[in-house]
Amino acid sequence: MSAFAKPLKIALGLIVIAALIVIPMNFNRYGLFILSQWAVMAIAAMGLNLTLGYAGQVSLAQGAFVGIGAYAAAMMTTHGWPLPAAIVVAIALSFAVGWVLGYPALRVQHHYLAFVTLAFSTLAFLVFRNESWLTGGIYGISNIPRPHIFGIPTSKPLPFYYVCLGSLAIVSLAVWWLIRSPWGRAFMALRENPLRAQSLGVDTRRYTLMAFAIGSALGGVAGALYAPLTQYIDPVPFNLSLSLDLLMMVIVGGAGFFLGPFLGAMIAVLLPEWLRFTEGYYLMLYAIAVMGLLIWSPTGILGILDRYLAERRTKAASTLRAVAKSRLETVQ
Amino acid sequence: MSNLFDLLVAGLATGAIYALVAVGFTLLWQTSQTINFAQGEFVMLPAFLMLAAMHAGAPFWLAIILGILLSMLLLGLAFKMLLVDPMMRHGVLPLAIATMALAIGIKEAVKQFFSAEASPFPSIVPTGDVSILGHAVSLQSIGVLVLAILAVSGLTALLNRTSLGHQMQAAAQNPTVARIIGVPVERMILLTFLINAFLVALASLLITPIYLAKFTSGEVLGQAAFIAAIVGGFNQVRGAIAGGLLIGVLDNLAAAYVSTQYRAAVPMIILIAVILFRPQGLLGRAEERTV
Repeated sequence: MSAFAKPLKIALGLIVIAALIVIPMNFNRYGLFILSQWAVMAIAAMGLNLTLGYAGQVSLAQGAFVGIGAYAAAMMTTHGWPLPAAIVVAIALSFAVGWVLGYPALRVQHHYLAFVTLAFSTLAFLVFRNESWLTGGIYGISNIPRPHIFGIPTSKPLPFYYVCLGSLAIVSLAVWWLIRSPWGRAFMALRENPLRAQSLGVDTRRYTLMAFAIGSALGGVAGALYAPLTQYIDPVPFNLSLSLDLLMMVIVGGAGFFLGPFLGAMIAVLLPEWLRFTEGYYLMLYAIAVMGLLIWSPTGILGILDRYLAERRTKAASTLRAVAKSRLETVQ
Repeated sequence: MSNLFDLLVAGLATGAIYALVAVGFTLLWQTSQTINFAQGEFVMLPAFLMLAAMHAGAPFWLAIILGILLSMLLLGLAFKMLLVDPMMRHGVLPLAIATMALAIGIKEAVKQFFSAEASPFPSIVPTGDVSILGHAVSLQSIGVLVLAILAVSGLTALLNRTSLGHQMQAAAQNPTVARIIGVPVERMILLTFLINAFLVALASLLITPIYLAKFTSGEVLGQAAFIAAIVGGFNQVRGAIAGGLLIGVLDNLAAAYVSTQYRAAVPMIILIAVILFRPQGLLGRAEERTV
């Protein structure tokens, strides 16, 4: 079974990637916008999944980092800087602020940490709204240009969708590598048992701050893509509900699973759109779907799959044991 | 000076409502580790239930009773049985997320089935001003303050002076031992959910005449109550009361003396400071659970 599973997984992954490249080619403007939004939110959710799912640090501030990245990109690109430079600045800025936000996590944990980050999120929103000399206040920043990538303009929806998808691919590979590196294992040790991690020589202080900083930096990347995607930003999208939405994506998809954020972002961004035919009821149905899913499987969508696979493995193992035992008996 | 007095009275009145909501929030946390992100929507909904009853032709007093009973049924019983019970043993976070989804659901349901516009709501306290120490104080502020104080002192008396209250405290502090000595823990948890539903319905009745009934009005209120509960002490009812009053007064003073733009920042900064330097809250004791 396991010899068969790996090629199957790779084949499935390739089919999904090919589908994401080919199928949107004849999508209309709105469809491409929604799909690009999915890619951007998946990046932000992946960052939160690192902080929360792997390192176990609850954060209700991911939306604020998307905002920080978006404003950094908007300000720089409207002043003539290229987008890649803006992304670098967004990463550096979110990383630094995320590092500082990690300090409370050294003192308090769980729900208290959630509340501190929630307060930070609201404060960031107030700064976006009130410091109009910097952020344009409630009028926001408009005419955010889309970049030229290798000399190709991406101002049309399809090329920019590929920019988002490509960024998602790069971030995914980076995160894939990170969680398989010793760092990823240190993060998980932090989540499972901080005391034991420390006694084994993991510098929990540094890794806690790192978990926040790296997760936040990915939020910044998402923001730096969000600004050219919508080409206009104001403070409203970056209020507390974005942070709550991102948290919902991570939990619904399956916290601590690599693919969780992709599925979670799909539920949060695409499901409401699919339900639009129900008109005024679509958000209500969405809320009911999320509650129903969480009641069914509190560990998210991938939790269901994980349980199913674990069950199958146990069954397979017990069959093997039974076979081995009967063989032993016949030999005797 | 007269300005300060007015601000204090208005602050205490809103603070008293925050306290009601924060107390319910704290009760749910203590007995079932539910962080209810829909608490603000829980306050928004009863006003609409009462309005619906009045549209159906019920007089105001009957609408109030029906609204309170319906919210106890929906926000107390149904909330506990359908959402909290199946998820309680899976930890704090999935349940908190589920209540976020519930908040969206309630908001959208009100918008869809009732109205997206703000509706006026009758006040149970007569409007007008009375003169206290030479200041004109609105009867509404006084009425809100008195009713909220009555409700909270009634609850405190129930918790501290009756056998039922002692059983609820036991169920919150140590469910296992409480079960051994014969406390019906499940029923006590259900009771706290019903009390929470009653408190939010009361808060709804008191606050909606001031801010109108609107499907989004729970957002600000829920957050204020949330902060009040944490600042006062997440694990103590009297902490939640103090926190509510403090946040209400500070919010009003900040709007007048700091800046209207950053008034919302003041409670947040206090929240961060309290969590970092006194995480058990101003009145709470470290990691102890009492009702």
